[in-house]
Amino acid sequence: MRILIVGGGTGGTIVANNLARRLAGEIRHGGVRITMLSASDRHMYQPGLLYVAFGQMMPDELYRKQQSLLESSIELHIDPVEEFLLDQKRVKTAGGHTHEYDILVIATGSRIVPEEIPGLAEGGETFYSEAGAVKMFKALRAFQEGTVAVVVGVPHKCPIAPIEVTFALHDYFTSRGIRDKVEIKYHYPIGRIHTIENVAKWALPEFERMGIRYETLFNLKEVDAKKQIVYSEEGTETGYDLLVAIPPHRGMEVIERQSLGTGGWIPTDRRQLKMEGHDDVYVVGDTTNLPVSKTGSAAHFEAEVIAQNIASEVKIGAPVCEYDGKVYCFIETGYDSATYAMFNYENPPELKAPNKAMHWFKTSYNKMYWTSVRGLL
Amino acid sequence: MSQETTIDARNTFCPGPLMELITYMKQANVGDTLELLSTDAGTASDVPEWARKVGHEMLSSENRDGVWHLRIRKAK
Ligand SMILES: Cc1cc2nc3c(=O)[nH]c(=O)nc-3n(C[C@H](O)[C@H](O)[C@H](O)COP(=O)(O)OP(=O)(O)OC[C@H]3O[C@@H](n4cnc5c(N)ncnc54)[C@H](O)[C@@H]3O)c2cc1C
Repeated sequence: MRILIVGGGTGGTIVANNLARRLAGEIRHGGVRITMLSASDRHMYQPGLLYVAFGQMMPDELYRKQQSLLESSIELHIDPVEEFLLDQKRVKTAGGHTHEYDILVIATGSRIVPEEIPGLAEGGETFYSEAGAVKMFKALRAFQEGTVAVVVGVPHKCPIAPIEVTFALHDYFTSRGIRDKVEIKYHYPIGRIHTIENVAKWALPEFERMGIRYETLFNLKEVDAKKQIVYSEEGTETGYDLLVAIPPHRGMEVIERQSLGTGGWIPTDRRQLKMEGHDDVYVVGDTTNLPVSKTGSAAHFEAEVIAQNIASEVKIGAPVCEYDGKVYCFIETGYDSATYAMFNYENPPELKAPNKAMHWFKTSYNKMYWTSVRGLL
Repeated sequence: MSQETTIDARNTFCPGPLMELITYMKQANVGDTLELLSTDAGTASDVPEWARKVGHEMLSSENRDGVWHLRIRKAK
């Protein structure tokens, strides 16, 4: 049985390690082989980018060698897939190699596409890449007074990031003693300030307390970087001195090029996590078209289901569990407090009052992530 | 040729039905129709409000067995 995992980020790494443990005996006896193909030999802890943007973490703290995170029985090749030949059960790579499989797991994640909004790349700061986060920190440091506009593209990974970055901006300017010279204006695509109703209800009085202005039903149309104005599809505009953007996302180019899913999002069964129409292809993480948030947390819970089911298919010929839509998100509510939201397909998130202990838990999780992707947590 | 696509946003809290609709709307061509399925009570008012503001055409909105079916045509 040849199991091929394409993508060595959060979802792919957890599937691979979890499987390697469950199938250790089968691997030892030569009945199972696990191969991972990825595009980078380094694994980034992406949530750390928010801290980089505020000078609280250095970029080199975000990375580990991908090989160091994998069980030794997993064969890793840094050689991105360029063609998925699903009817032939094989993929072709940039390095010119062909890999055949019995079971394929696609875990290629998502990418930011600021270029979809004219002027955004030139006019906006973003923390969704290492270079972007460092540049944003320098722009924040240089900022003395004026309006900071926070804008949000659709779709985007980490749906809690718009709220987190806004609270962090408030705390950052407060700590520099210039909060009274800075106007923070938050813009959000739908009719309340966060898509999760309970988060919106809780954040609204916080915004009012912190003096953060907001505009809802604001979908990014274009940015005039010279005039420093951002325009919405809904016909409104905001002038800014600093524009902080959560850019829109798409799935990876190869997924779109190979027509595996519109926008790079692969049609995926909600509970089985198999690609629609393909019994031998599982999909995990951001690249699914599932109506769940694109988070490392969703990728983690999905990965556990996929690993359990592949292992049981090997051992007893049938899957044993289903994904229930579970997501657990930390929400940083400033420099020293946090809360969390946990929900699934059936149960909406209830929010607890933010506290210091949750913030320290999140701070520890920033280190525990590496144990988590190794499959030890 | 204009297309009709169904978006199954039943039982989802995040990103939620309107955010799903906006994602699919960006991928659609002018003239395409999107049918949004939602179990969220707020959808019946949120979606028409957004469609009106942006200028898309609301074709129909009905509740069948506890599921909202909203049809919207991309107008621009
Ligand atoms: C600023 C920021 C803050 C965030 N905060 C949080 C948070 O607080 N909580 C949370 O849960 N999530 C958070 N996330 C989201 C989280 O990081 C992602 O949702 C998660 O990493 C998705 O996992 P994935 O496995 O789908 O994709 P990724 O982890 O992005 O991995 C994709 C992998 O695929 C590989 N790849 C790409 N193309 C190919 C190819 N053609 N062939 C082979 N391999 C390929 C890449 O090299 C990479 O290894 C945040 C993200 C950002 C950017």
